[in-house]
Amino acid sequence: MSSRRILCAALFALAGAAPAMAADHEIRIGEINSYSRIPAFTEPYRRGWRLALEEIEAAGGIRGRKLVVIDRDDAGKPANAVRIAEELVRGEGVVLLMGGFFSNVGLALSDFARRYRVLYLATEPLSDALVWSKGHRYTFRLRPSTWMQAHMLAAAAAGLPARRWATVAPNYAYGKDAVAAFREILQGLRPEVTFVAEQWPPLFKIDAGVVVRALAAADPEAIYNVTFGSDLAEFVREGRLRGLFEGRTVVSLLTGEPEYLEPLGAEAPEGWIVTGYPWDAVDTPEHRRFREAYERRWGEHPYMGSLVGYTAMKAVAALLEKAPDLDTETLVDTLEGLEFDSPVGRIRFRALDHQSTMGTWVGRLAVRDGRPVMVDWRYADGADHLPPDEVVRRLRPAE
Amino acid sequence: MGFFLVQFLTGLASASALFLVAAGLTLVFGVTRIVNFAHGSLAMLGAYLAWALVGVLPAGPLGWWGGILVAALAVALFGLLVEVVVLRRVYGAPEIFQLATTFGLALLIEDLVRVLFGPADRLGPRPPGLAGTVILLGEPMPTYDLFLVFVGPAVLGLLWALARRTRFGVLVRAASEDREMAAALGVDERRLFSAVFALGAFLAGLGGALQLPRETLHLEMDLEVIVEVFLVTVLGGMGSIPGAFLAAVLIRELEAFGILLFPRITLVLAFLVMAVVLVVRPQGLLGETETGSGPDPRLLRPLRPAGSRARLATALLVGLLVLLPWLVPPYGLVLATDVMVFALYAASLHLLLGPAGLVSFGHAAYFGLGAYGAALAVDRLGLGTFPALALAVAAATLGALLFGAVARRLAGVYFAMLSLAFAAILWATAVQWDELTGGDDGILGVWPDPRLSPLVVWYELVLVLTVLALVLLRTLIFAPFGLALRAVRDHPVRAATLGLRPGALRVAVLAVAGALAGLAGGLHAFAKGSVFPDVLHVARSVEGLVAVLLGGLHGAGAGPVIGAAVFVLLEDWASRLPWWRTVVGGTILLVTVAMPEGITGGLARLAGRWRRRVREAEG
Repeated sequence: MSSRRILCAALFALAGAAPAMAADHEIRIGEINSYSRIPAFTEPYRRGWRLALEEIEAAGGIRGRKLVVIDRDDAGKPANAVRIAEELVRGEGVVLLMGGFFSNVGLALSDFARRYRVLYLATEPLSDALVWSKGHRYTFRLRPSTWMQAHMLAAAAAGLPARRWATVAPNYAYGKDAVAAFREILQGLRPEVTFVAEQWPPLFKIDAGVVVRALAAADPEAIYNVTFGSDLAEFVREGRLRGLFEGRTVVSLLTGEPEYLEPLGAEAPEGWIVTGYPWDAVDTPEHRRFREAYERRWGEHPYMGSLVGYTAMKAVAALLEKAPDLDTETLVDTLEGLEFDSPVGRIRFRALDHQSTMGTWVGRLAVRDGRPVMVDWRYADGADHLPPDEVVRRLRPAE
Repeated sequence: MGFFLVQFLTGLASASALFLVAAGLTLVFGVTRIVNFAHGSLAMLGAYLAWALVGVLPAGPLGWWGGILVAALAVALFGLLVEVVVLRRVYGAPEIFQLATTFGLALLIEDLVRVLFGPADRLGPRPPGLAGTVILLGEPMPTYDLFLVFVGPAVLGLLWALARRTRFGVLVRAASEDREMAAALGVDERRLFSAVFALGAFLAGLGGALQLPRETLHLEMDLEVIVEVFLVTVLGGMGSIPGAFLAAVLIRELEAFGILLFPRITLVLAFLVMAVVLVVRPQGLLGETETGSGPDPRLLRPLRPAGSRARLATALLVGLLVLLPWLVPPYGLVLATDVMVFALYAASLHLLLGPAGLVSFGHAAYFGLGAYGAALAVDRLGLGTFPALALAVAAATLGALLFGAVARRLAGVYFAMLSLAFAAILWATAVQWDELTGGDDGILGVWPDPRLSPLVVWYELVLVLTVLALVLLRTLIFAPFGLALRAVRDHPVRAATLGLRPGALRVAVLAVAGALAGLAGGLHAFAKGSVFPDVLHVARSVEGLVAVLLGGLHGAGAGPVIGAAVFVLLEDWASRLPWWRTVVGGTILLVTVAMPEGITGGLARLAGRWRRRVREAEG
């Protein structure tokens, strides 16, 4: 018995002692994402930040120091993400955390960041709570939030004649936020609008045939869709098959992003009003430079994930370049109000609520040569789709 | 009217695919008594293979249907391979070994599918000729769904004919009734088991492949499918194919109409029906009653209290652990805390599996009740750490008493399945009752009181509580209570004659195990600062089983502690690798197949051999 127990104790000691502390000539940052759970988004995302990292490296690092990214997979589980965050911060000596895909993972990491006073840059999670109702000093968010994207869509939806609306959304933070925001904004713009049905399939477990018929039974004039990934593909297929979309306009979050749009192929539903990323058509000089570099490096076109990953790493580089030291408080103070250049133009992290002003594209879906694309799109700047400052101040708890 | 008809038919169509997969599982269980956790993985493999084949074969009906069929056959071949290489070695082992082995297999297959087909979501093409819809009473109905409606009954009929009209069927039925007798009468068990397993794999592959036009394929399918298929097989009665059909229809119709009334609680609804059925008919809708399989022969050795050397070593280890904060960097302490919490959880499960001989597949129920109890106490009631921990223990104990009251009469695999159902209901409730539990978003901000929150203080507190709980557990095992438990486990009739009351003892031991698992859950919540539904998930239950098996079933406490340490450290180390599933799954397979007495038992065997050799050399 004795030798075995001592062996076991030795294992502890080894596991604890192994991680080396960060050397002076490098800066370590931790990147946590759902690489195995939603690779369709996170793999391009990883290629995006790798490209940015290589560019930073080629330019001589951060003031002569090498930027090292330790990336880990949370498998889509918030509990994993917290455990990894603990390890990265305590064991690997990272100066900040970034990443997250699912809103619940983002909220869990944000709670961790508040407790241990570590800077967390939420790159993809869209939950409003992240910067508003549960916002705090240590969490920042890059992408336009659920509220912002719902605002972009509701503005378009208010122009439609439809009054009877139905909603379908995955039953977790992102879905609930997205429906609540859309309802509030649309009814604010058009008080006569009513919501006649709502469906809440469990995330990635939609039983599409029955959900589609349940929606059709309420006979809405228009539908607001929040499902994405595998749920979306099944919803679209069953919806088309069962005639749900005939004579009804659908307004849909994120569906124009190539990672969700391309798997639909020629079955993509034409005419849907969506937020997304027309990667082949955006023709600003800064985006063209990004796209060409990305295609050269990886041999494929950029996805929304690529754009987010690339921009996030550029934001981190801008932050580390500007910050006088690597103390968390200094980093937070520096990131508040920080402006930097990205493929979508100049972006700012608002000091008010730590939300960035990165925007997204709004347009309609169409199929061209058997390939789904976004048409009639415009870039919606994030700064134009946020509530007035005094509203945000009310939403955000006092520090 | 048309709406209800189409909704009903859609439910039937979904039920067909579910039934095919479930029929495979229940068939394999009926003959080999293996609860195959990797069955969902076989369905996933079938679906991915079909996707790949349909893409390669020439377009047209022949290519599409050929692809589906070849995929199912390939899965059958794969199943055969798995049976011959791995499962054949664990037929004699108790249920938990088989479950752990197949859990390891599931992890390996997931990595295999990832390598073969890539991580992206895949949506297959619709079958030529069945891509459209027909109008039924004014409602559109996909023709493919209509086709599926007939597939379920057709396969049910074929399986019935196979069982009643062929020699193979006679042998299968004979082996399901009485394995030993069939073997004694000259039935070649090995070939029969291989054939049945291949048939089961074929059905899984076919069920998966037929979902191609209706479902997006993704790498989480395996767990999703296996949970549903367990539900169906248990509800229908383990081993009963018509029962599986009935249960599949019931579950899918419940879903089809449930979402009209309760769109937010479809998951809970299904599990609740299962629990109600099991309470009334523990053997499931069409299952047959079965006596427990008796205790694992390896458990029949009496337990001995530790000798003075082991006591000294334990004292030294505890001393070392007390000093650990000054020996390792902070993350080492985090890991050590995780190990202790998990060890407590595994030890409480070991009390049921070992001394009490109760196979629990749903031990996460108590861990999760503890975790949510503590989290809600902090979040809703604003309680401090210690009252919250007390509430955690109380919640888990209450849950265990409730379960004990229902399950006290059950034995063997039915006890195991009801415990699985109990945990599944709690999990579904945690996912869907988001007003209380926050759903998938969990409960955040569950941190210990400020005076307890420094890492070192928290670590020492967990250490003290864990050691106290383990000492209590060990004392109980050697006390008259533990002796009575083992007496009831090994010789129920004799024990009852001596005046022991098996039912009451069971409820009591469940309460103790539940309370300690609840404490572990509460500590887990505070250590992580948050609680999510995965504390209740079937994977958590299986992880506990794996830790106990790694440590070894025999013994009185050291095994699960060592098993938990190995499991947590292995998982922590492996989770950095892209192939962590292969590493963890492979380790589980290695231990269950090559070292069935666990690490402690295996090392003891090696030590014994070494001692003998020394003695021989000296003598």
